[in-house]
This record gives sequence, structure tokens and C-alpha cells, in this order.
Amino acid sequence: MNTEVKIAGVTFKNPVMAASGTFGSGMEYGDFVDLNRLGAVVTKGVANVPWEGNPTPRVAEVYGGMLNAIGLQNPGIDVFMERDLAFLQKYDTNVIVNVCGKTVEDYLEVVERLADTSAAMLEINVSCPNVKEGAIAFGQKADSLYNITSQIKKKAKQPVIMKLSPNVTDITEMARAAEAAGADALSMINTITGMKIDIHRKKFVLANKTGGMSGPAVKPVAVRMVYQTAQAVKIPIIGMGGIASGEDAVEFLLAGATAVAVGAMNFVNPCATVEVLEGIEAYMRQYGIEHVTELIGAVE
Amino acid sequence: MTRKKKVTATVISQKQIAEQIYDLWLETKLAKNAHPGQFVGVYPHGESMLLPRPISICEADKARNRLRLVYRVAGKGTAEFAACKAGDQLEILGVLGNGFPVDKAKGKRVFLMGGGIGIPPMLELAKAMDDKKQILLGYRNKDLFLEEDLAKYGDVYVATEDGSVGTKGNVMDIIRAYSLHADMIMACGPMPMLRAIKQYAAEKGIEAYISLEERMACGVGACLGCVCRTTEKDAHSHVNNARICTEGPVFEAREVDI
Repeated sequence: MNTEVKIAGVTFKNPVMAASGTFGSGMEYGDFVDLNRLGAVVTKGVANVPWEGNPTPRVAEVYGGMLNAIGLQNPGIDVFMERDLAFLQKYDTNVIVNVCGKTVEDYLEVVERLADTSAAMLEINVSCPNVKEGAIAFGQKADSLYNITSQIKKKAKQPVIMKLSPNVTDITEMARAAEAAGADALSMINTITGMKIDIHRKKFVLANKTGGMSGPAVKPVAVRMVYQTAQAVKIPIIGMGGIASGEDAVEFLLAGATAVAVGAMNFVNPCATVEVLEGIEAYMRQYGIEHVTELIGAVE
Repeated sequence: MTRKKKVTATVISQKQIAEQIYDLWLETKLAKNAHPGQFVGVYPHGESMLLPRPISICEADKARNRLRLVYRVAGKGTAEFAACKAGDQLEILGVLGNGFPVDKAKGKRVFLMGGGIGIPPMLELAKAMDDKKQILLGYRNKDLFLEEDLAKYGDVYVATEDGSVGTKGNVMDIIRAYSLHADMIMACGPMPMLRAIKQYAAEKGIEAYISLEERMACGVGACLGCVCRTTEKDAHSHVNNARICTEGPVFEAREVDI
């Protein structure tokens, strides 16, 4: 049985990754998961300088999922490279660094700083719904997305993954814009903007009022978007959105994803990443599938 | 630091001890590593409810692998726990957080101050401290809980908001009413109480260790959901935010901006 997949020339021992923002820089899950078993760790978004993030409450549970409005708190690229990247380098897994910024220049600075590091790929966060400047502002209009993607592509030494927002009218339009600008792959979906109100206090539960929804309840939306996008572009897709099990992951692969990422479910089951991998392998055994790539886009 | 684990714990017993307050004993090996002021994440069974509920450790019987959790029913998740009976199983994540710095209290006169559902962690703390301590407890009304357990380990003073038992008011009113003095404070309770303690400790020039609470997701420091403002840049985050689940929940009052 072969679980290896390739994305933009980078080989992954298996298609299971930890999704950005849900796994820290891997360190926090070291007690639960052997990081060497993962196809990749996608790090928490990092900017050129430290970001404080949003006020609390930053998280809330909703039916079958959760809302978060962390606001991309991060220690900045210097600390990230010194501490987080250095930590991840010790493991036999690909490191994908999620990059965020308020301006195009912020993104480019981080991309350039990462040029000669062990980062295997860059995932560009143009889809965080929880910050006022940057992020999603670049990901909701095709021309802005095209512009930032092409500028990053000019500077980046590693293959570039654009992480797409589901909070758009037509995800395929965004996907095509990223592809046309030279993106090497797509990650999708980021969280869906949501809201929760405490009816007893008549107040918003999150200090930010809105937050990004993730967890099992968003999975059908994510699978649909991955399928539509896979029909629209040729570049590989990393699928995510509520993946909790091997079965969930296989759904994304069949819809057209080349790899998958486990996000919010890490909070529910700290061993979720490895269990998803084991579930994919069990499915492959059950159906006599020799190579995991046979599943990609195989829905009939 | 001991390794964190997600394990299945078995309910040994449960009873309601006050309005909305439940007293749960669990059998779990996590008890062995529990330190006063630490907490566990308890998972609801219902699939619509995903996140672990952070609940402080009230007592840890290390010899018999038992944890006592005294918690308030605050929503659907905790309501589900309240329905658990002996023999039922619960998934728990732990042990989490830093806990109270028991060693720093050696040889000092210490106030242990608990308000409402901040009272339970004071019991394991009181058991762990050998020196004389004064235990100040604040309740809403005469529906007291854990005060008899705590009385075995120190001098207990009670305040109630409605004045039905003990001093009328809160734990700060106890200090004034009895002219009590301490060299150090360890506390857990609602934010207004912790703010008053921070101010009092600053005025007296004494150390105060306060346990904070915030809405949490992962419980292990990954999601950055449960941060509190810090007065200095936090060593991990490099901004003025510390993770309550990991750097906390116990902070020296001067370190946090509450």
C-alpha cells in the first residue's frame, strides 16, 4: 500500500496534514502525536512582526462545530524561525508555513525571510475572516487575489499554496484567479464567517462579534467547494473542513483533493491526525486500493 | 512537565451538593500527576458538542487514582456530566495548566480565597500546604458547599452576598471584618473578586497568585483561544498575551492586566 502524494514537486509520505491555526507549531501536540507520521504540519499563521490578536472571548462552541476569532496572534517571523521552525526541522515531516499580513509588503517580507529555510511550501492566508486589515481582503476579490498571488510568486523560493475563503459567491472564480497568477496549489476551505449570540445576556459571545466556523458541521460545504474547484482548475487542492475520520478524508480525496488537513478536530481528539491517516489506510485495505492517488477525484 | 493524555475515566460517584453544583469522583490514572490548581478538560458525549469543558481539580487521591471535580452546571455540556452515574465513563484530557506554586508559600501566612465555583481548587491546595492558612470563602447565599471539607485544613471564614451566613459581602469584606493579615494570597473566583485581590495585594505589597478562567478550545496551548492580557511581553507569545491553559491558569497578580 502506497500513501505517498506529490504537490508541486514536493513529496508527502501521506496525504494527512495538520491544518494551520489548530496545531500551533506542532510542539503542543507532541504529547499525543508522533509528528514523524504526518504528511505535513501547517504552522499557525506568521506575520513579519508580532500580532496581538483579538480580545477575548475568542472561541465559542456551536452545534457540531466552533467559532474562532483569534485574530492571527503570532510571535512574528523572527521568533517563529528561531523557535518554531527549528523545532519542526527535527522531524521527518514536511513543514508548510502559513503566511499572513496586513499589506502585500508584509506578506512579501515573510516570504523572503523564509526563502532559505527548511519550509517545504508556503501557504498564503488570504482568507482569515477575523482581522480587519489584510488577510480576507485579498481573498474575496479575484483581481486582488490575482495581484497578491503573482507578487508572492515572484519572490517565493518555495511552491506557493493559496488558502481560499469559502465566504465568496463563486469559489471557482477565486481558484482560477490564483491558478492564473501562478499559484502551485490551493488550500480550502478556511472558516465560514459565523456569529453566536448569548440570548440571556443579549450580547455577542465573541468579542469580535463574528468568528470563523469550523468543525464537522462545515464538512459538506467544504466537500462541495473542493469538488467544484477540482473541476475548475488543474493545480492540486489540499482539502479541509471538519475532517474527523478516515472516511471524512476519503470524501475529500474522492471530491478531488490531493491531500487533506485536520483542523478543529485536533481540539476534540488530540490524536485526530494520526487516526485520520489510519482510517485512510483501513479504507484502502478494505477496497484493495494500492495507491492513495487512485482516490483523487475518483467520485463518479 | 508530565505528559498530557486523553483518557477514559470511570465515574465512581456523583451527587449534587448545592444549587447547580455537582460533586463528581472519577477513577483515572491522571490523578497521579495532578497538582493543586490544575484542571482537566471533560468531553461531552453528544456529537453536537465538541470541545472539552475545563474543570478545576478539587481533590486528587493519588493512591487510589481518583479525581474529585466539583463544578457548576452552566450549559448543555455540564448538564450532561451532571446526569452521569457510578459506572458511567467520561473522556477527559489532562492534567492541564500550571497550578498554584505551593512551594512559594512555605513558612508564610497565606490566605486561600475562593469565590463561588472558584472554591473547589482551594481544597486540594489546602491539603498540599502544611503551614497555617486562613481560608476565605465567598458564596451567593446560605447554599454553601465544601466549607466543611476545607475546615479540616485551616480556619474557614465565610461571606455571603445576601448576608445569610457569615460576613455580608464578599471575601474582601471578611478581611476587613476580622482584621486578617497574610504574607501571600492564593485565589480563584469571579473576575471582580480577582481584581479586588490584585489591588489589595498591590497595596499591601504581597504576592497574590490568582487562577483565571476564559473560554477555551484545545486546552493544550495550540489554538490561542484562552489568552489573558499580561503586563509584560509573554515569553511564549512575544506579545502581551499569555495562554491561560498553558502559562496559567494561575498567574501572579502583577503579571496580568485584568
